Amino acid sequence: MTTSTYQLRCRECGKTFDNQPRSVCECFSPLEVTYDYDSLKKNVSRELFASRAENIWRYRELLPLPPGFTPSLPVGFTPLVSAPRLGEKIGSRGLHIKNDAVCLPTLSFKDRVVAVALANARGFGFETVACSSTGNLANAVAAQAARDGFKAWVFIPADLEPAKILGTHVFGAEVVRINGSYDHVNRLCSQIADEHNWGFVNVNLRPYYAEGSKTVGYEIAEQLGWRLPDNVVVPMAGGSLITKIKKAFDELILLGLVEPKQVRFFGAQASGCSPISTAIKQYSSEIEPQRPKTIARSLAIGNPADGHYAIKAITKSGGWSEDISDPEVVNSIQLLAQTEGIFTETAGGVTVGVARKLIQQDRILPDETTVLCITGNGLKTTDVLADKFQADKPIAAKLSEFEAYLAAKNTDLPAAVA
Amino acid sequence: MSITVQIPSALRRLTGGAPHLTCEAANLHELFAALDGKFPDLKSHLRDEAGEVRRFLNIYVNEEDIRFLGGASYAFQEGDEVLLVPSIAGGRDR
Repeated sequence: MTTSTYQLRCRECGKTFDNQPRSVCECFSPLEVTYDYDSLKKNVSRELFASRAENIWRYRELLPLPPGFTPSLPVGFTPLVSAPRLGEKIGSRGLHIKNDAVCLPTLSFKDRVVAVALANARGFGFETVACSSTGNLANAVAAQAARDGFKAWVFIPADLEPAKILGTHVFGAEVVRINGSYDHVNRLCSQIADEHNWGFVNVNLRPYYAEGSKTVGYEIAEQLGWRLPDNVVVPMAGGSLITKIKKAFDELILLGLVEPKQVRFFGAQASGCSPISTAIKQYSSEIEPQRPKTIARSLAIGNPADGHYAIKAITKSGGWSEDISDPEVVNSIQLLAQTEGIFTETAGGVTVGVARKLIQQDRILPDETTVLCITGNGLKTTDVLADKFQADKPIAAKLSEFEAYLAAKNTDLPAAVA
Repeated sequence: MSITVQIPSALRRLTGGAPHLTCEAANLHELFAALDGKFPDLKSHLRDEAGEVRRFLNIYVNEEDIRFLGGASYAFQEGDEVLLVPSIAGGRDR
């Protein structure tokens, strides 16, 4: 596989580094991957990307992939679907869903970042990969480590959803449950990464890992016919995804692959853990950490590593950020499922509920093209819906019993529903 | 007040390789003063030009973010363990 030329650069002081497993500059600021866009310009085109298989590797020139890397999984290229029924309910005629609830192999957008991180873990010679996770990343690391022959260590808050814990164990990963929030887990992992020579996907491999999120942006643009939407609504945990979708759009403009356009970025959080939306609503550029208390556990990061950059990306774009309560999260999960047949996890409920709120606030207008990023699958967080549906008493396998059941149902329910 | 400060590996080259040190400090201001005295090269990595704690540096006391304990006004207790951690950690030189 051919590779692009890329290196690490400090986001604050600009100092550059050769490729290495490292995420902070000597000035303590984060590093990110930067590319030689002049040479890329000559080597990429819409036609080139479109001629390749439908997965994230079709954008390989725009990703940090070490020489000789061969992908082992068709990750990404999830559906972008128009969402007229949901749009009718929440007041948008140009609504689209980017559906990473069906991203392969583990049904969340984290498969994208892990695919790129493990490519680099292999390139740097690591035999063990690791992560701190609120769940989806744990699943993705465990599965792809199994597929690629790495040992995996996964560190999670002890109270994570059972499905996410089971969905990590099943792949044979070592799962370490930590008493505390994700922020405690993350702090511990930074200390472990100091002592053990492991490829921590979101610690020492973070600059490479984070680039995988750009593929969401490339796909949205390509699936809209190589044009950019007016608005994107993105759930925020650590705040990285929203900045990387912005980077993807900026790169496509720079490379002449789409017409320049000012896309507005909107960040979605749960009110019980909303350090980024709170900062934005207070017109602050700094994060005040919070102690998370929300059912949206995949977004429960009280001290978001990329919070500062998420604020910058959102405010510079002319966007905004909002948060919603836990009951609204559950209602929004059901609303998306019942209008578009998409079952998302709590983070997706946050995105849908916040989009509705932003439309009510006239921050998103009805005729604009708006993409909601659904990043995870509802089957992983069924616990939040447990008391929402009551199983009826079973009936005998007799037509007469069914007719009686139906008659009773028609009496119970309003005519419009029956 | 005698407290222990853990130094992340990324900064140990500025502390002569020392992974931790014990010092006397009543609060964050005094801790920085003690560190400045002992490791002058460390100063610019911990605070910006205005003297504020750097945006990407997190400080923990006994595993709790110091900002939840009152930040600069927190009074250290005897035996406190202080951690200096980059907000996006990692950087083991290989």
